[in-house]
Amino acid sequence: MAILLYRIDDRLIHGQVVVGWGQPLDIGFLVLVDDLVASSDWEKELYRMAVPPEMEIYFADVETAIRDHARYAADPRPGILITGDISVMLRLVTGVKAIGSVNLGGIHHRAGRREKRRYIFLTPEEERQLLALEAAGVEVTAQDVPGARAVPLAEILGGPD
Amino acid sequence: MSESEAPKSVRAIVVGHGEFSAGLASAVQQITGMADQFVCLSNTGMAPSDIETALRSHLSEGVSVIFTDLPAGSATMAARRVARDRPELVLVSGVNLATLLDFVCSSAASPAEAARGAAERGRASLVVLERH
Repeated sequence: MAILLYRIDDRLIHGQVVVGWGQPLDIGFLVLVDDLVASSDWEKELYRMAVPPEMEIYFADVETAIRDHARYAADPRPGILITGDISVMLRLVTGVKAIGSVNLGGIHHRAGRREKRRYIFLTPEEERQLLALEAAGVEVTAQDVPGARAVPLAEILGGPD
Repeated sequence: MSESEAPKSVRAIVVGHGEFSAGLASAVQQITGMADQFVCLSNTGMAPSDIETALRSHLSEGVSVIFTDLPAGSATMAARRVARDRPELVLVSGVNLATLLDFVCSSAASPAEAARGAAERGRASLVVLERH
């Protein structure tokens, strides 16, 4: 199988990932790429307890995820890889060079960000990072749940709905 | 985060996806008239840190019970982070109407004790009725 979804979501593991995407895609494993989580046993246990028993979860910092990406991609089960922000995904894409598409699933409001979609808020720097992803050959779309339309990057950067 | 008013009688926070908590509270109100025991919060459009902040603000008012909808949901994750430094907090995930009804009607000595009993009642209320 393969990693079916590369997702950027500041909630990391939550209902949309585990149920919304996880069930229709019959996901067998998750890869959570986050340096802070990977270095904390408490954080790992927090997310491990949120995952149903039929799903395996791997925790990795960015360097480990780059190193182990071929192993994730060769896993016979369908998987989802998640990062909590755009910069981490950009580092991953730069290191792996085998990621064809990235899903924006949830980047919520905070100071300095402007609304692009009801679940996507971006700083100017984050907009530049998304354009860098696209320049690297990655298709970037926003789509919170499988039944929603995948919104292309140009449309996202154009502003709110 | 949308939220209801917090009357002095509030004993617990109900938090979940969309209008889940407000809907449950509406049903509790219809059946018992005692939904004022709850503060209802929605995680819609909220970053995890925002949910956590909202939970902490209500806990600072003396509430010691949180009901959440989905064990893997962002509201539950935020509540678990709060519970890490609030050992007195009782967190019940997977809440349903039977749980909240038992909670508001409980004569237990404390909200925490009432929550534990209500969780058992809620679990028992989930049944499959196939033979009529």
